[in-house]
Amino acid sequence: MLRRTVAVALSCLVWMSMARAEDRVGERAPDTMEARVLGCAACHGGHGEGTNNDYFPRLAGKPAGYLYNQLIAFRDGQRQYPPMNYLLAYLPDAYLRKIADYFAAQRPPYPPPLTPAIPAALLARGEQLVKSGDPANDIPACAACHGAALTGREPGIPGLLGLHAEYVSAQLGAWRYGTRKSVAPDCMHTVASRLSNDDITAVAAWLAASPGPANPAPVARGSLKLPLACGSEPQ
Amino acid sequence: MTEYPVSAFFLFLRHRLTSLYAPFVLAASCTVAFAQGPSPTAADTVKRGEYLARAGDCIACHTKPGDKLFSGGRPMPTPFGTLYSPNITPDNETGIGQWSADEFYSMMHTGRSRDGALLYPAMPFGAYTKVTRADSDAIFAYLKSVPPVRQPNRPHELRFPYNNRQLLIGWRTLYFHEGEYQPDPTRSVEWNRGAYLVDGLGHCSMCHTAINALGGSSESTAFEGGLIPMQDWYAPSLTSNKEAGLGDWTISDIADLLQKGVSRRGAVYGPMAEVVYDSLQYLSDDDVRAMAVYLKSLPQHGGATSGSNGNVSREERGLLFTLGGKIYQAQCASCHGKSGEGKLPDFPPLANNQSIQMTSAVNPIRMVLNGGYAPGTARNPMPYGMPPFAQSLTDDEVAAVVTYIRTAWGNRGAPVSAKEANALRSAALY
Repeated sequence: MLRRTVAVALSCLVWMSMARAEDRVGERAPDTMEARVLGCAACHGGHGEGTNNDYFPRLAGKPAGYLYNQLIAFRDGQRQYPPMNYLLAYLPDAYLRKIADYFAAQRPPYPPPLTPAIPAALLARGEQLVKSGDPANDIPACAACHGAALTGREPGIPGLLGLHAEYVSAQLGAWRYGTRKSVAPDCMHTVASRLSNDDITAVAAWLAASPGPANPAPVARGSLKLPLACGSEPQ
Repeated sequence: MTEYPVSAFFLFLRHRLTSLYAPFVLAASCTVAFAQGPSPTAADTVKRGEYLARAGDCIACHTKPGDKLFSGGRPMPTPFGTLYSPNITPDNETGIGQWSADEFYSMMHTGRSRDGALLYPAMPFGAYTKVTRADSDAIFAYLKSVPPVRQPNRPHELRFPYNNRQLLIGWRTLYFHEGEYQPDPTRSVEWNRGAYLVDGLGHCSMCHTAINALGGSSESTAFEGGLIPMQDWYAPSLTSNKEAGLGDWTISDIADLLQKGVSRRGAVYGPMAEVVYDSLQYLSDDDVRAMAVYLKSLPQHGGATSGSNGNVSREERGLLFTLGGKIYQAQCASCHGKSGEGKLPDFPPLANNQSIQMTSAVNPIRMVLNGGYAPGTARNPMPYGMPPFAQSLTDDEVAAVVTYIRTAWGNRGAPVSAKEANALRSAALY
């Protein structure tokens, strides 16, 4: 009797300790990319749709090669923005590739177009530069590389819609002054250096005032010849 | 008790070199080698040197991110000015191409360069002096095997009087004790191996021992923790259970933290993430376990008091706790759990997490402001990330939520003020 009681008590103890061990296992983090990129969501949105902050860009739908190049450049310090440099500093290439693929595949809705706060004539100049460029000043159209629908082009050229005007103009300024760089030949440095301050304001405002594209997919790789050589978009 | 390395000075450096074999371990492996056949080939030595260079984390200081391996030139800001790490590739003119193994060992062992110049203790020679000759030779053989890079060393930019290397004589008298690691015969082979790695190549005490105004660290406070100058991260005490003292950790949790970067007790971020990413993830299971065994054995004492109100009044503490609880449930609980239990190991626990409760609130405040990713490692190649809240929470809200996690669920940290939160908004991130 005593022996049986002890045996029962022992097995209860074993069972309880097993149950407790199970409790300790607890809930795991979801094994998804969505959960892994929560670190990005506060600024870029859970699906890369962007936020109200003017300087945190939309990521969704940009070509994976472009996003990957930016992640590497932030990690290694060639593109400088300390909060991004810090977050990516110890992440390996293969994982950055997965993060790029995740955001490239997202298709959240575009934000409503913003009402431009610039004169109509300047806005028209912006539309002209985006669609036709300015041949007299050797400025190619944005659409010549970024696609007729401005959704970007595989593998390395980003889409230009769904971004805030402040972000676009800050990037054009950074390209011009060389604080943002690309692999040589650095075509965006060339183009941005030919734009006047008014041109930058005009282009940025027109892009931000444009509605999202009907089809957000980037143009296929190699489908158009670029008007100038770009190190980040091998031909 | 083994002797602790007295290293530091410019602490924020994080190198880690290798592990020495305690002589009797060496003897054992030699026996095995003889039993198996010929002595190690040059290729074996280079391979072992590469492993040891990982253990010493040479790459962290001697390679700029994205630049050529070991070409140096990485700026290291210090309270005394900026140092630039030298080129240690085998280039004949700008690297160590003309060095001999004797000269390399002498530098590692004595902290004097080939030309006799005293090294600044940003180079952790106070720890590397413990490295055996055989391991030093293997590291040297490996460094000689990497592609040479022609890149002249950039001169240091130290302010007067720190630009006078003769001052280092005094510093060395106070803080440098030359000598290879001497195994403690009363301890196990594993423990001695761990001590050799932690105190030697690992140079852990560079950050985990506080430095004083002279930029030195005292043996009497070895591993008691300290703020890392210029980086504004707090390297916790390894000897206090109230901080990162490992007395009540399991060996596997310690090993996971070191090698994988995440564990069931917490994860590494900031400077320690760099150490795991560049160095510890490459170490063998046996070596990481040996380090864990040694670290767990460090004497546990004192450490920081907690449970006080810090600079915050009792009323303010109550208000912060109430507001912090609301923010926590809205912003944090979905990952860290309603009661701070986390989702282990990827979403770290906050309840009973020592790094949340330490006297210094620098690390938890920084994590709330800037978020962070655990390092991507062989055993955790796709880490999860904490979002930054700097742009969405005010200083008061940051202080409130950090106060909440430091004092809820039985945690015994002190509350923090909005001023403390604000001060870290301008801390260097990168």
